[in-house]
Amino acid sequence: MIRYLLSRVGQALLVLMVTFSAAFLLLQALPGDAIMIKFMSPDMGLSADQIAEIRAAYGADLPIWERYFQTLANFLTGNFGYSIQAGVPVSQQLQVNLPPTLQLASLGFVAAIILTITIAALSNVVGMAWLRTAIQSMPSLFISVPVFWLGIMLIQVFSFQLGLVSVISPGPVERLILPVLTLAIPISAPLSQILMRNIDEVLAQPFVAVAKAKGASHTWVLWRHVARNAVLPTLTIAGVLFGELLAGAVVTEAVYGLNGLGGLTNQAVGNHDTAVLQAIVVISALAFVSINLVVDLLYPVLDPRLGNKLGIAA
Amino acid sequence: MTAPLLEIDDLAISYKVGDHDQRVVHGVSFHIDRGEVVALVGESGSGKTTTAQAVLGLLAGNGRIEHGAIRLNGTDIAHWPQKRLDTIRGAVVSLIPQDPGSSLNPVRTIGAQVAEVLQIHGRGDRRAIRAQTLDLLTRVGLVPAEMRADQYPHELSGGMKQRVLIAIAVALKPDLIVADEPTSALDVTVQRVILDLIDELRRENGTAVLLVTHDLGVAADRASRLVVLQGGRIQEQGAVRDVLASPQSAYTRRLLSDAPSLTKARPARRAPTSGEDFAIVVEGLTHDFPVGGAAKSFRALDDVSFKVRRGTTHAIVGESGSGKTTTVRGVVGFLKPTAGRILIDGEDMTTLKGEALRQFRRNIQLVYQNPFGSLDPRQTIAQIVEEPLLNFAPPPKAERTKKVADMLHRVGLPESFLGRHPRALSGGQRQRVAIARALVLDPRVLVLDEAVSALDVTVQAQILALLDELQKALGLTYLFVSHDLAVVQQISDTVSVMYKGRQVDSGPIDTVFSRPDSDYTRELIDAIPGRKAPVLALSTASV
Repeated sequence: MIRYLLSRVGQALLVLMVTFSAAFLLLQALPGDAIMIKFMSPDMGLSADQIAEIRAAYGADLPIWERYFQTLANFLTGNFGYSIQAGVPVSQQLQVNLPPTLQLASLGFVAAIILTITIAALSNVVGMAWLRTAIQSMPSLFISVPVFWLGIMLIQVFSFQLGLVSVISPGPVERLILPVLTLAIPISAPLSQILMRNIDEVLAQPFVAVAKAKGASHTWVLWRHVARNAVLPTLTIAGVLFGELLAGAVVTEAVYGLNGLGGLTNQAVGNHDTAVLQAIVVISALAFVSINLVVDLLYPVLDPRLGNKLGIAA
Repeated sequence: MTAPLLEIDDLAISYKVGDHDQRVVHGVSFHIDRGEVVALVGESGSGKTTTAQAVLGLLAGNGRIEHGAIRLNGTDIAHWPQKRLDTIRGAVVSLIPQDPGSSLNPVRTIGAQVAEVLQIHGRGDRRAIRAQTLDLLTRVGLVPAEMRADQYPHELSGGMKQRVLIAIAVALKPDLIVADEPTSALDVTVQRVILDLIDELRRENGTAVLLVTHDLGVAADRASRLVVLQGGRIQEQGAVRDVLASPQSAYTRRLLSDAPSLTKARPARRAPTSGEDFAIVVEGLTHDFPVGGAAKSFRALDDVSFKVRRGTTHAIVGESGSGKTTTVRGVVGFLKPTAGRILIDGEDMTTLKGEALRQFRRNIQLVYQNPFGSLDPRQTIAQIVEEPLLNFAPPPKAERTKKVADMLHRVGLPESFLGRHPRALSGGQRQRVAIARALVLDPRVLVLDEAVSALDVTVQAQILALLDELQKALGLTYLFVSHDLAVVQQISDTVSVMYKGRQVDSGPIDTVFSRPDSDYTRELIDAIPGRKAPVLALSTASV
């Protein structure tokens, strides 16, 4: 078990390291940099010598490998460098922008899971055939809806037509309802499709027939026998979809005009603010890797067959 | 006179396939008295499992009872809603399923799964249920029960899992147990122990059993009456002794004559029994599998040696875990043994590598057990049979087409099958295709890995006849792997009996079967179902 844990954590760290290096190289390969964009504009009226001085101050004149190791060392100590455009430490910008995005993403994730379970459960419990078919086709509808369009539609319907959610100076909870929904719906679509298919597969297993032969009702069978077996493969996909959640958060923030990593990323890309981008990439990777690590560690807890295998290996 | 426990009256069942209903059970009627064992016998597609499922109200979603009655204790339950059936399932009627491997929930302990049936029917509080669960586990021989109760299904063997399922089935002392092929997935020695256990428990509780089986031997040993089904219709029913001794229907007679049996006179084999022309020589074959840590290993094969004369059939017999499969994988070159030599036509397979090994493989072809999984569903039969030719210096297209058509003809399939896909073929036809695919490269050795085990007896008899004919015509050498001693006796000249990786018996088939060296072989022969029924021998006399 310990060995499994260590190997998974080791793999996670390796992924982070590779992400950091790849992001660094790609960002350095971009033509032009933030210093040129900010200081070389004619309005600043700086001479070539002065610019060179500024470059030296930011360390931009050092060879690439030296900058790489310096940045790496800084990251390891929690120092993400300076945003050239804003002139403040990147960590300060993150302090402002990370929490709202994290909040949005986690709420979106939780909402997506609730939505998934609701759809899957309803599609198996509802008695009327037409309603069941309608519920079963919801994920296919959800999956084909782009986030930006969904956001605009939700605002149109719930805020302007029905007047249920105020868009002008909404409360802290009200403000989040529509963005969270916008984020959750496209994520829940593939999840519920997979979960429904897994439920169907598990229902066809002989042990379900045995449970029914014991006199168990349909709901009893669903909760006590099918649920845990069907959730296992869904879990892996949930971890992978988390990456989509971060990308979705950027678009959602733009649609609803929310502050967060989305806005920050937008600005940083426009200004070639490599220090900010590097930090965002590494933080996203960290979130992604952690979620998948949690999924990997949950697996043996939910499936005793894996726990046993690991027991032998350790 | 009291009413029978179960009375099935003119039962018709259909499945919805696409837009129309396809009827699979046509007006079946039979009854089971209290405490009686009735065997429902038939081949796949005979409707025996469907009938059994209907008794439990567990037809597949597209299945429907068209008409007829299923009277349990005089009450017709055929059209009861599921909710109402839940009250009698487990308590009055219970199930022992076919495949113990997949019939237990993999993520719950076996204790929880036995306890569940007591919980559902509200038999006592937690502590009482726990105590009853442990009693039941002890009763079916899973001891120490405290430890077993907390184990998961994957920690148990197939036989032990079937014991758990039996404990579940007898927990509430039901009136009737539906046992759907309860031992088909188990090794013969385990099979006997499990059937004995069912017998014992049903006597103890006075439970009646509806035994669904394809195995006439099992039916003859365990049931008092037989119901023979074919194509959803009853061909014949009556006391076991009467049906076996003087079968009334032509179908039953055919079933009896096709059933491989030890007591049956076997066709005279004209293969050479002397001479030194060996096609396969295996010497001191040993193989270790690493387990977990680098230092630990599991010895799957321990010093196995045998020789097979050209043009003869050598059988490898054993139960799961005996090393049969490892031996086969060594002989076809999928696995490099830890020690020992495998000579095919005098050439040592174990020293060959890469391209040389690939080229050599055309001499040894393999026919697998499962004719449903071993054919690519997207290829046509022509493509399937042609494919091996493309792997070895392919002859021109016209020649290949001719060869494929010839081969299909050889295995007794019409040319019209060339353009079809495997799904349009029956199990026996698919196995013929698999044989054609193996023979298209003109191999010298054919390895048949449980090649007839998944087939019904009648089809099995046809495939065995085909194999015999091909051997005569082409001078092939067969390595025939099987767990079924009766089949082995029919087709083989020599045999190796394997047990836990070692060869415990070896030699000409008659010697091994009449004077086995090892206790294990003796036990294996004794465990074969149907030996007790003298009438089986009688039926073959009439052929």
